[in-house]
Amino acid sequence: MTARYVAPVLMGLFMLALWEGLVRAMAIPSYILPGPILVAKTLVSDWGTLWPALLVTLRITLEALVAAVLVGVSLALLFSLSRWIELSLFPYAIILQVTPIVAIAPLIIAWVDDVNVSLLICAWLVAFFPILSNTVLGLRSVDRNLLDLFELYGASRWRTLIDLRLPAALPYFLGGLRISGGLALIGAVVAEFVAGSGGRESGLAYRILESGYQLKIPRMFAALVLISLAGIAIYLLLALVSHLSLRRWHESALSEE
Amino acid sequence: MLLVRVRDVSRVFANGVQALGGASLDIGTGEFLSVLGPSGCGKSTLLRLIAGLAEPSAGTIDWPQGRPDIGFVFQEPTLMPWTTTLGNVALPLKLRGQARSEREARAAEALAGVGLQGFEKSYPRELSGGMKMRVSIARALVTAPRLLLMDEPFAALDEITRRKLNTDLLALWERTRFTAVFVTHSVFESVFLSQRIAVMSARPGRVRSELAIPAPYPRTETFGTSAEYAAHCRLASAQLSEAMAA
Repeated sequence: MTARYVAPVLMGLFMLALWEGLVRAMAIPSYILPGPILVAKTLVSDWGTLWPALLVTLRITLEALVAAVLVGVSLALLFSLSRWIELSLFPYAIILQVTPIVAIAPLIIAWVDDVNVSLLICAWLVAFFPILSNTVLGLRSVDRNLLDLFELYGASRWRTLIDLRLPAALPYFLGGLRISGGLALIGAVVAEFVAGSGGRESGLAYRILESGYQLKIPRMFAALVLISLAGIAIYLLLALVSHLSLRRWHESALSEE
Repeated sequence: MLLVRVRDVSRVFANGVQALGGASLDIGTGEFLSVLGPSGCGKSTLLRLIAGLAEPSAGTIDWPQGRPDIGFVFQEPTLMPWTTTLGNVALPLKLRGQARSEREARAAEALAGVGLQGFEKSYPRELSGGMKMRVSIARALVTAPRLLLMDEPFAALDEITRRKLNTDLLALWERTRFTAVFVTHSVFESVFLSQRIAVMSARPGRVRSELAIPAPYPRTETFGTSAEYAAHCRLASAQLSEAMAA
């Protein structure tokens, strides 16, 4: 159990030490590759710039994720109610999913006046599909016999949805949510890169671009570290949500006995 | 008294397979009837038709005394993994809009009836196969149905558990005398349990013959080893072979 945490931490410390050692030994200039200590120092000294940027990116990520959950789950419910709606809409959902966001982001940014809204749309586009497809799968993966049982006792469609289909779909939905959390962050960052908007309200991706232009490479690394940490935090948070909702009954959340 | 009259019922699936080919059967109030037949002979389909979960393609199903409350036990326990045994057993009452406290009291009673008091808060994954099946039976009985339909409920269980459940099921039946229709492919099980056996032919299934098992209840392990039991098994076996050959 402890090896699970100790091993990766030791490995990480070793790699950081190796990195710092190489940078010093070979006297690599900081505009090519800054050492981890310099990156850490920059993170602290530039916190005043980086922290607000992180908040901007996180806000877009979170809003996109919420929108993805709302639209994804609503569409999935709609699909489960009507085969016709599913047949006519699902192919387009797939098209949206397979079209690279980098390719359509410029269009969306050109069409939508408010940059924040266009960033939100881009992040949402990337994030909503896993939730949609997983929830559709979950709503369909209901035990046939349980459906028969509900019919036998005269349950309405609504009751069957609330008491049977939704709980059965929950593990699938949560799996999709975990994927979408990371994707929403990626979507937000990619869209910021494409938009390249300056000003007060810019996110981390813009800070990275800006640092690149100004050859402030340590700050670029510091921003990268923040994005990675944000991604990890989102994943862990959603994994915790999933664990807490499923721990009583679902195989995926049970400890190995 | 006649509870249900099944006449010349056929059922053709959407893929063209004919599961039932004119099955007729009378079921009396309070009797324990087994439907015995080979795999795929349409036994389960017959049960689903009686339960109203499917419509016959031809033929009629009449209820001279009106359609009673029906309990159904599936081949698998078919429990909802996300709720406790109590929540599972209380489900039929919940679907009928009964208040929480009332339905939970009745569910606890039904659980005690199948020997599972103390397991109200357990989740299905924490129970053994035999216990899950007991929960399933408690759920089917919680509405105090006049007709209990069982679709090979013990087929997936080991021999020892199955025997125990067989005797416990009989005890439940003797206590409340619901009408029991028990589908099985086991000659021994059908003879041990029932007052009457309907033997079905291979697909498309029909009721080929009927056989009375006049032995008195309570039936215990002693009955299961008696010469009388063996004689009935031999007879039922012969009828099953005949039905399958026809």
